[in-house]
Amino acid sequence: MSRWRPFRSELPPGRRRLLGIAAFLLPLLVWSLFSYVPWLWHPMIKVTEPAGVTWLRVDQLVPREDFAKLVEERRAADLAIPEGKRANPIFFQPPHAVARALYTAFTTKPVLRGDKWLHESLATSIKTIFWGFTISSLIGVPLGILCGAFASASRLTEPFVDFVRYMPAPAFGALMVAIFGIHLEPKIAIIVIGTFFQQVLVVANTVRRVDAGLLEAAATLGAKRRHLVLRVLLPASLPDLYNDLRILLGWAWTYLVVAEVVGVSSGITFFINQQAKYRNFDNVYAAIILIGIIGFTTDQVLGWLGRRLFAWKNPRPSRFRAFFGRLFAGREVLLFPDRPHRPAGGL
Amino acid sequence: MSSVANSSSASSLPDYRAQSPAVAARFARLRERPVVLELEHLGRRFVGDSGPVEALRDISFRVHRREFVCVIGPSGCGKSTLIRMLAGLDEPSSGRVLLDGRPVSGPGPDRGMVFQGYTLFPWLTVLKNVLFGLQMQGRSGASAEAEARQWLELVGLAKFADHYPNQLSGGMRQRVAIARALAPNPRVLLMDEPFGALDAQTRAQMQTHLLEIWRNVDVTILFITHDLDEAILLADRILVLKAHPGEIHEVIEVPVPRPRSFAQQQSPEFQATRRRLDELIHPAAAAPAEPLPIIRLTQAGDDVE
Repeated sequence: MSRWRPFRSELPPGRRRLLGIAAFLLPLLVWSLFSYVPWLWHPMIKVTEPAGVTWLRVDQLVPREDFAKLVEERRAADLAIPEGKRANPIFFQPPHAVARALYTAFTTKPVLRGDKWLHESLATSIKTIFWGFTISSLIGVPLGILCGAFASASRLTEPFVDFVRYMPAPAFGALMVAIFGIHLEPKIAIIVIGTFFQQVLVVANTVRRVDAGLLEAAATLGAKRRHLVLRVLLPASLPDLYNDLRILLGWAWTYLVVAEVVGVSSGITFFINQQAKYRNFDNVYAAIILIGIIGFTTDQVLGWLGRRLFAWKNPRPSRFRAFFGRLFAGREVLLFPDRPHRPAGGL
Repeated sequence: MSSVANSSSASSLPDYRAQSPAVAARFARLRERPVVLELEHLGRRFVGDSGPVEALRDISFRVHRREFVCVIGPSGCGKSTLIRMLAGLDEPSSGRVLLDGRPVSGPGPDRGMVFQGYTLFPWLTVLKNVLFGLQMQGRSGASAEAEARQWLELVGLAKFADHYPNQLSGGMRQRVAIARALAPNPRVLLMDEPFGALDAQTRAQMQTHLLEIWRNVDVTILFITHDLDEAILLADRILVLKAHPGEIHEVIEVPVPRPRSFAQQQSPEFQATRRRLDELIHPAAAAPAEPLPIIRLTQAGDDVE
């Protein structure tokens, strides 16, 4: 259908789903190839037989060149030749090890007494993000709306916000520790700093983009300033604001890792650093992937919810709405017995 | 009026100023009605890139109660500026606008407006769009909703009360826009090329609709268009503007009797008015545009005309 226009065209739904799955399977395939095909990369030798070499141990990883040189030397000296097979470095874990770690990381007892279970670390991280993002939004969204609505508010606020925006949030780390102590508070503060200033500008821009025609129409219908903001600007920009917040939530996650090393290291970052210290790289991968899964799922759920909350933006019938339609169908007939039956589309 | 050059070529057409007794009597009655909207020496200057531009100069005009006035003029004559000043969306640089004798400042529900683009609130259902103006007057509840439904019935869209605007066709959206503008009971309905974006067939339907609404509602209509036939079909009087600066060229009392229909387009009164408007909007002197410097790219003898 859209063969003549290979760009910007909508894909048929089946193909969309297929490509979406492939988007995840392809990287997994590449990862698997490098993990399981012995002649791809595998720059180390995993020793299986030390053959009397004093510094070799079974399962020790030796760079291939060093091992080859050793074999040459032993052969020249007519000594027993050590054996080994090609392997990847310890920091490169195969998919099955990471998959196993995704499960065992939750079931393995922490090594030290101060260490946390993975789920505890995750809960701390989510708590940090939640409070950081909530506090930022509670101030940033209303301020952004004001800036978008009124030019004077915009001029009074935005130049300074724009200025602070360029200061990297982690730069405030030491200061935040001095102010808020070493626990969760400075971390939340850094996420607030990282999110808030962007948020004000993004929200203000979104509100400014509202079609001036809608405001004029409302004004000719007798809407006063307060109504113009609350009944026109706000609902008109709400779907876009919602999407802005989704994107900003993603940014908050990127600040999380820097924030969590401030003061007493905490949350998922602490878990990752500890596991890297123990050289449990499968757990490190598992934790990083978990962050991705949490972020991605949150975003997908919020996106799905948004499409249903703002149904007027896409009038295609949704199962969600159809469900609620059925749920209240009987009630509606009772309440409004004379309401004409809704004709179904076809306009 | 200086150039009534209709003697040689249009000998068969009557003078556009000639009115049948019935039409003349109707205009006499119309002039008796109170003045609703008065424009006093209205002027508007903009500061352009190359100094100030005078968009409108000294527009004085009176609209009587339940009159239907069309404003036409070449592009750039300030039609839209004029209607925006009447709506209060733009401030005049000089002169003033009086509604029922009181000067207006800023937009208000006493002057409803239908815009050229679609300005329905997309997040509200059709019913709630119509309800909006009533709610702005502090009304709510069942009586307001019943009234909104009545307005929807008037424009024939009662069935679509729970639809969202983007589920409607262009013509239906403009009908909702008319219902929405009429709901707060404005004294004047200002319409800024409301049917400009519609296809010819829908546009004709909308014109019929609008005349019917106007017959049944106590409202005075000021309607901007660039479609000459539309102006003649709808208007009692046509305010013809000329451009640079925008000034009143002529005010024409349309001699076509009411009730109007498309069948009247062939009538001599209609044709005479149409001819006069053509003269005013497209003056003969400016007509022959320079031929395009096109090189012949087809073979000799391969002619389409």
